[in-house]
Amino acid sequence: MKFPIYLDYSATTPVDPRVAEKMCACLTPDGVFGNPASRSHAFGWAAEQLVDEARANVAALVGADPKEIVWTSGATESDNLAIKGAAHFYQKQGKHIITLKTEHKAVLDTCRQLEREGFEVTYLDVQSNGLVDLAVFEEAIRPDTILASVMHVNNEIGVIQDIAAIGSICRERKVIFHVDAAQSPGKVDIDLAELPVDLMSFSAHKIYGPKGIGALYVQRKPRVRIEAQMHGGGHERGMRSGTLATHQIVGMGEAFRIAREEMAAENVRILALRNRLYDGLKDMEEVYVNGDLAHRISGNLNISFNFVEGESLMMALKDMAVSSGSACTSASLEPSYVLRALGREDELAHSSLRFTLGRFTTEEEIDHVLSQVRSQVERLRDLSPLWDMYKEGIDLKSVQWAAH
Amino acid sequence: MAYSEKVIDHYENPRNVGVLDKDSIQVGTGMVGAPACGDVMRLQIQVNDQGVIEDAKFKTYGCGSAIASSSLLTEWVKGKTLDEARQIKNIEIAEELALPPVKVHCSVLAEDAIKAAIDDLQSKRQTDSSQPASSAA
Repeated sequence: MKFPIYLDYSATTPVDPRVAEKMCACLTPDGVFGNPASRSHAFGWAAEQLVDEARANVAALVGADPKEIVWTSGATESDNLAIKGAAHFYQKQGKHIITLKTEHKAVLDTCRQLEREGFEVTYLDVQSNGLVDLAVFEEAIRPDTILASVMHVNNEIGVIQDIAAIGSICRERKVIFHVDAAQSPGKVDIDLAELPVDLMSFSAHKIYGPKGIGALYVQRKPRVRIEAQMHGGGHERGMRSGTLATHQIVGMGEAFRIAREEMAAENVRILALRNRLYDGLKDMEEVYVNGDLAHRISGNLNISFNFVEGESLMMALKDMAVSSGSACTSASLEPSYVLRALGREDELAHSSLRFTLGRFTTEEEIDHVLSQVRSQVERLRDLSPLWDMYKEGIDLKSVQWAAH
Repeated sequence: MAYSEKVIDHYENPRNVGVLDKDSIQVGTGMVGAPACGDVMRLQIQVNDQGVIEDAKFKTYGCGSAIASSSLLTEWVKGKTLDEARQIKNIEIAEELALPPVKVHCSVLAEDAIKAAIDDLQSKRQTDSSQPASSAA
């Protein structure tokens, strides 16, 4: 076993060696290093061909037409381009946008920026399982609503929103529907030919591709318009200028191609490992899963160990790389806004760990993680005055805490 | 965030973890922080009739720096008089443990904890003036 054990696949994934190999062939003088926009010579043509193949591979995994794929630098840029681009283009029809409180910051902060520009944004609560209530969503739509942005899979708790149902509501009410799908390709089936989705953001580095490359799906039929945010040579049909990074694009294409071939078997394997992890923890006292366990990608387990603070637990778990919703892991000293949006008490947010499993996770690793987590939670509970109080039967909510 | 060796040492081998009898007239208990804020420290001191801290115990719910700050504090207060212990400043703890700015509040909490423990002991001794120890407090 190699230490530390990587269990943070939702933060990023290693590049699959098969992907890296293809990328390396696009850099050096002997490789396909040409500018795909060079129409006058073979170097450009060769690069253009690889970009086209990659575009087809990305489109194939998500059921899109290759012409609907716009390359970007990553899901953050895709979110910015989709939301600002659509809001700016359609602003004459209204200035109201709907999104969720549990969205990624790339969506939330983009919406904040639009608020500064005079748009109005409704940030919807989710239910305690992390999913948005469809009736609540529909009620939020107003005559001046032009755009809704809902993530497919949540990065912290892994829950899968019903984008088909949300999209249908948007279609009916003539609202442009954007989906941040940074976390879902290769984990959840996506068929944009059927899904009522107008814009969808993708990332490569969450699916064993390289960092620094992503894509935005922009539906053609019916055609969705966005205003460019990056101006220059008119690349990507004017929607996103900038020389295409052939090696990055080839990496994303290969990552999506592999995912299409292997995702069915891979998700079964990962789910079995996730269940092994959860089954090994669920008999512990005061352990809570955050978010719906059924409507969740196979590789995510977000779990709170009450009366133990997440950062100190991560410090104890030095054999493994996980993340926490604890305040102490963030510069802001605020606990996870996603866990708070579920209505979780702050102390449970402070006590949370996110395990995200992936392609290279093994059963042996999970078994090691299990024994470490169990013993370290026990050790830290022995150190915890809150655990003592809980064991004495004191209701912690009845205590007058000196907040600081 | 990278921790200093001293923080890791105190975190991995915390000194003086435990509980003293909170009902004893010789024991002062300080509980500071809040679960919602992510850290709660309970510091207890056992003080003799001469006003000298003979023993100290802690339990802390919080990050590694909070655990280390309270562990270090229990080492420092032992053998000190109440007046001396009251003089301990959070900045001394932060410097000793090389806490980064974002973790300085952990040392503030430790300073609050020792002050709260001393206050608890002194108020106990004032209300229970039949005990000879009250004059020393």
